[in-house]
Amino acid sequence: MLEIKCPYCGKRSQNEFSYGGDASVKRPELGKEISDKDWDDFVYLRKNLRGKHSELWHHVAGCRQWFKVLRSTATHEIFKTTKVNE
Amino acid sequence: MQKYSIFSLIKNAFTNHQNWDVAWRDPEPKKEYDAIIIGGGGHGLATAYYLAKEHKITNIAILEKGWIGGGNVGRNTTILRSNYMWDANGLFYEHGMKLWENLSQELNYNVMYSPRGIINLAHSDAQLNAYARRGNSMRLNGIDALMLGRNELKKMIPFADFSETARFPIFGALMQPRGGTARHDAVAWGYARQADSMGVDIIQHCEVIGFDIQDGKIKGVQTSRGNIKTKKVGLCVAGSTSLLAEKLNMKLPIEAHVLQACVSEPLKPFLDHVVTFGAGHFYCSQSDKGEMVMGGDLDGYNSYAQRGNLPTLQHVLSEGVAMFPNLSRLKILRTWGGIMDMSMDGSPVIDKSHIEGLYLNFGWCYGGFKATPVSGWTFAYTIAQDRPHKLNEKFKLNRFNTGHLIDEKGVGTKTWIG
Repeated sequence: MLEIKCPYCGKRSQNEFSYGGDASVKRPELGKEISDKDWDDFVYLRKNLRGKHSELWHHVAGCRQWFKVLRSTATHEIFKTTKVNE
Repeated sequence: MQKYSIFSLIKNAFTNHQNWDVAWRDPEPKKEYDAIIIGGGGHGLATAYYLAKEHKITNIAILEKGWIGGGNVGRNTTILRSNYMWDANGLFYEHGMKLWENLSQELNYNVMYSPRGIINLAHSDAQLNAYARRGNSMRLNGIDALMLGRNELKKMIPFADFSETARFPIFGALMQPRGGTARHDAVAWGYARQADSMGVDIIQHCEVIGFDIQDGKIKGVQTSRGNIKTKKVGLCVAGSTSLLAEKLNMKLPIEAHVLQACVSEPLKPFLDHVVTFGAGHFYCSQSDKGEMVMGGDLDGYNSYAQRGNLPTLQHVLSEGVAMFPNLSRLKILRTWGGIMDMSMDGSPVIDKSHIEGLYLNFGWCYGGFKATPVSGWTFAYTIAQDRPHKLNEKFKLNRFNTGHLIDEKGVGTKTWIG
């Protein structure tokens, strides 16, 4: 069982959260010419790191806020959780 | 190579089975090979076997970081099927089913292929319609498919919940009678033994740590046991593909996720088929030892740890209990996890890369085991001929860029939703 510390609610069990994927993926900027390669990069290609991984989680059965988690994909250890804009 | 037969069994019984030949050698790596396969799992071993057998390329090394068959080929729920709707998948996996049917004879190794039939339960009219559509697509591609009604199912899987109060009533099912199971370890060992007998060097405990590339061509690999020269490298490392791709400065359309499976304590004969639950994600069959072999959803977050967490198991098994209520009193004997190379459309990639002589094979999601023979067969062709076979020409690396996805499940890129 993962225990995730929501930056708003504190430590809760994994059951209350849903996963949102790699937090380092950036959407191409709106209003600019975007190449197929940029879209491909954004939509499909992932670094898929082994080790420290910055990712988005959603406290879906709690405060319903999105936040960032720094977690090891090798051991599942959670190093820190922060608000999305931190 | 010593042939396995009833006669060799009797002969060796006289010497208390002390004099069997080793099934494969443990060679030191040579300085140079015609081709190198990275990854000694089912797909890597099968690729080397078909390269040697079909394409007469025998100066091959398989480099395996751990030991052969220690990854997903030893961690799956052993299900075989070709019940796909899209042509690219259906024809590909059906070729695989044909290879499965003769695999024990071909490898002279009992892979315990058991065509017990796979039953996909439907729990609504809409789902039954969708299954009928899939079944028709399968039959158009020459794949066996049957629709089953509720009364037929009552006779075939009497322990399923057919009560009036079932939360997910059973409306009917799609069945592929030739689907079934095989003994997963035997598949790895059978391919390893035959590949070795044709001269393939299976080098275990040999990690690839880098690639030698000059002028866009592959020249060799750097390993924990020294540098090895070669002109062709096939990557067959499933869940670890992104880690090697990083050394090649490539980003790939996959995420690594952990998938758990489990077995119960052994039971008397209970279930004759492979059965999947249609209102969620759960599948089970009964092993020859009597254990219920069960699996379902991914844990749902990126992971390279070959173990998962209990909430997912609880979720998956509660689906099992919804389908077969009497499973609720069973004890779980073992659980384990494997790393899935979840591709962004749910279908694999078997293709050349932008580097000459480097070939890619990844993105098997949950379904790599059943593909072992056909993945090896088509990947061997792709490596030997330097072009994809007709069966894998749609499993291109650049299909994500061009929009030619093979999205059998239509779930999009959120691979953790599965």
